[in-house]
Amino acid sequence: MQVSMTVNGEPVTRDIEARMLLVHFLRDELGLTGTHWGCDTSNCGTCVAWLDNEPVKTCTVLAAMAGGHEVRTVEGLEQDGRLDPVQEGFMQCHGLQCGFCTPGMMMTARALLDRDPDPSEETIREALSGQICRCTGYSNIVRSVQWAAAHGTTAEPEEPTIEPAGSAS
Amino acid sequence: MTIAEERKKVDHVDNDQKPLGHGRMLRKEDPRFVRGLGRYCDDVQLTGMLHLAILRSPVAHARIVSIDTSAAEAHPKVKAVVTGAALAELGLAWMPTLSNDVQAVLATDKVRFQGQEVAFVVAEDRYAARDALELIDVEYDVLPPVIDVRKALAADAPVIRDDLEGKIDNHCFDWEAGDEAATAAVFERADVVVTEDIVYPRVHPAPMETCGAVADFDRVEGRLTLYSTSQAPHAHRTLYAIVAGLPEHKIRVISPDIGGGFGNKVPIYPGYVCAIVGSIVTNKPVKWMEDRTENLISTGFARDYVMRGEIAATRDGKILAVRTNVLADHGAFNGTAAPVKYPAGFFGVFTGSYDLEAAHAKMTAVYTNKAPGGVAYACSFRITEAVYLVERLVDCLAYDLDMDPVELRMKNFIRPEQFPYTTKTGWVYDSGEYATAMNKALELAGYEELRREQAERRARGELMGIGVAFFTEAVGAGPRKDMDILGLGMADGCELRVHPTGKAVVRLSVQSQGQGHETTFAQIVAEEIGIPPEDIDVVHGDTDNTPFGLGTYGSRSTPVSGAAAALVARKVRDKARIIASGMLEVSVADLEWQKGAFQVKGDPGRSVTIQQIAMRAHGAGDLPDGIEGGLEAQICYNPSNLTYPFGAYICVVDVDPGTAQVKVRRFIAVDDCGTRINPMIIEGQIHGGLTDGVGMALMEMISFDEDGNCLSGSLMDYLIPTALEVPDWETGFTVTPSPHHPIGAKGVGESATVGSPPAIVNAVVDALKPFGIRHADMPLTPSRVWDAMQGHPLPPI
Repeated sequence: MQVSMTVNGEPVTRDIEARMLLVHFLRDELGLTGTHWGCDTSNCGTCVAWLDNEPVKTCTVLAAMAGGHEVRTVEGLEQDGRLDPVQEGFMQCHGLQCGFCTPGMMMTARALLDRDPDPSEETIREALSGQICRCTGYSNIVRSVQWAAAHGTTAEPEEPTIEPAGSAS
Repeated sequence: MTIAEERKKVDHVDNDQKPLGHGRMLRKEDPRFVRGLGRYCDDVQLTGMLHLAILRSPVAHARIVSIDTSAAEAHPKVKAVVTGAALAELGLAWMPTLSNDVQAVLATDKVRFQGQEVAFVVAEDRYAARDALELIDVEYDVLPPVIDVRKALAADAPVIRDDLEGKIDNHCFDWEAGDEAATAAVFERADVVVTEDIVYPRVHPAPMETCGAVADFDRVEGRLTLYSTSQAPHAHRTLYAIVAGLPEHKIRVISPDIGGGFGNKVPIYPGYVCAIVGSIVTNKPVKWMEDRTENLISTGFARDYVMRGEIAATRDGKILAVRTNVLADHGAFNGTAAPVKYPAGFFGVFTGSYDLEAAHAKMTAVYTNKAPGGVAYACSFRITEAVYLVERLVDCLAYDLDMDPVELRMKNFIRPEQFPYTTKTGWVYDSGEYATAMNKALELAGYEELRREQAERRARGELMGIGVAFFTEAVGAGPRKDMDILGLGMADGCELRVHPTGKAVVRLSVQSQGQGHETTFAQIVAEEIGIPPEDIDVVHGDTDNTPFGLGTYGSRSTPVSGAAAALVARKVRDKARIIASGMLEVSVADLEWQKGAFQVKGDPGRSVTIQQIAMRAHGAGDLPDGIEGGLEAQICYNPSNLTYPFGAYICVVDVDPGTAQVKVRRFIAVDDCGTRINPMIIEGQIHGGLTDGVGMALMEMISFDEDGNCLSGSLMDYLIPTALEVPDWETGFTVTPSPHHPIGAKGVGESATVGSPPAIVNAVVDALKPFGIRHADMPLTPSRVWDAMQGHPLPPI
């Protein structure tokens, strides 16, 4: 079947099997591999992306159900070369280690801050409680979200001296 | 200073100031991860790539009567269907495990656990591959399974491993440590002996990313490229070379970004081999990614020790000896990842942090119809079990003596002047200041005030518990004189190359699964050579581009590879000194090192930076006699001993008297891992390990029904802590450098996983003291705590 939706502001149309999950649509059809897959049962939350501004677990949403809707993934957090404060907060507060749960955590955090710009620690923990992180023990994730809450809606550009580790010569 | 205070101080100094070496520094790997640009195994897409899915046994023990693959083969999108019989023709139906046992890649004769690999399908997409699994028809002749480890050696128990010649029972191995007779003599004359049956249930690392691989076999060059979720790419490559009969240089193992390992990604799984075979038979790249159920029911579990522990002491609380008898469940194949001479891993450190007169351990390991594995989940090779045992026994002794658990521990600690300390089971602890760490934890916790509060609450009928645990870890395997895995010595290589412009690349044999090696190792090198860490690129996880070494597990990266990185940098610095002496026209003895430059002694105006030296090393002009151009070095570091980090943990819990729900209110962790390279990363690792501890102590367990059906095959059934089940961690530290490590560092990755379960269980048992409870087994779920409150704590099934 043919499905059309808007992903990170760009219209996309693909012919897919009706049973294709949104997570596989994003990853395999669109090459947006920042949304991860971890459990199949909506427990781990590593696949969280937005469907019309609401965080959803894309492992249990059919791509067809997103037809005609707006999807936002972790790749859509950075705007005009500026990181979202949530992204900056995760770096500043060591809110990630292996990085696998991070995209889902950040998408939930952004949605939380959009509706509650100054959440309590308890509210943050509650908001993230549908997601699992095996590395960080959550304290630094909570601090990352608090950092983002304290830094408004647009982060300063990251320090230029920290570069992504690339290939070596 | 607590870490929170330390962080505040550093932040206040200058947020933009980055350390030229050790210190708090943001991670170099994070910019890609926060953008969703990490590249994990499942992100690898190769041209023409096919997808592989594995058919698994629905039963725990059965003879395979027949397999009919014809319908699957007829599926229009299927490219290959492979069974054990087909693999047997290639000589690949069985593979060696890391413990010199063998494991079926695909079952040929019998299936021996639920979830065992029976056949695989390669198809055009992942959905079609799964569809085709449904079309394979396997007829099983179901056999009675061995599920209860206590019945595995019964005379009438069905023999699981009849593939092994002459095998007539389910015995796997025996192991022993310490002096049985001397220990018995001490127990004879002791005032007090406490005996307790203690179970460490089977748990699972369950990293967020499951295991998988992309195999790409080039039949023209005879060259295999394997992207895989491997914590040990070099060790894996050599094993593939041995099994496949290919030279190592024809095999390239790439571990891309790894979504958590915790030991789960140390073994070689049948799926990796299937992916390789799939690529060979289809002549296309083949991807295999297991799903969560496959991960939980078939890959490396952890623990599963049934222990009887005994502790002997004088009436006034001097601990004299400990001994234990362990029944170890190794599943259907012995897939334990441990040095060859250590089939029980480093369980020998069950003597803990105490100065004893004698100790003895005896272990019998058996096969059962459960998934193989044996060492995984942040355990430092069975130290998790060892520390849990001794820390529970000490608390049981405190209970019987009616003594404060802190006072009892303080009375028996190995004292600072006794280091290096040889334990009664032969381990040489390198350094320790145990009482200092304990006092620090007491201070951070406000221990006396907590005890006062507890007394008040108890008087009101509330169930508050305070648990104390102290651990000593043994990490950084290990000295090649007695530590190897399948004949490969546990040393690690490191190569450092300084470019003409003074930037550098360091190549490691270890592989990060989230530990932040790209940052930490740049800092280790920066500290030694004075090049800023942001100018040092760390290369890892690619056997074509890194020196040989055994990988990352057992908290060994900093103790072994970190030492290699420091020493290779010093080697480069030594050469830089000679070049600098030529540039400054003085003798090397007249130069002094100021991090980043050599300066003529007493003449601050005359110096050359490491960057200037690097350019000279590669540039025009003569170099001192006998000095070659270039500025690089390579070494292989063979540790002289393990490192022995330690820590004091205090846990405060509240148990709901109405529901038996345990709430961890506070957790105070004071860790000593010697020299601290990046405190932020250390703190993060400790937080993660503490959370693992909450999972194991209160929630996690892989359980089976009597037919061998795994009851914990999804994250709905296997519970992992979320942000709601854990407190905000309170951490502190002391620094007792390792005397034999080049920078005094010890491993830390697993410390908290080792130390936290006994602290939490001790806290829960302390809360239940009004019920007369001395011990209750993990996981302390509400129903199990409720049973304990009714006076009958049961071992987990």
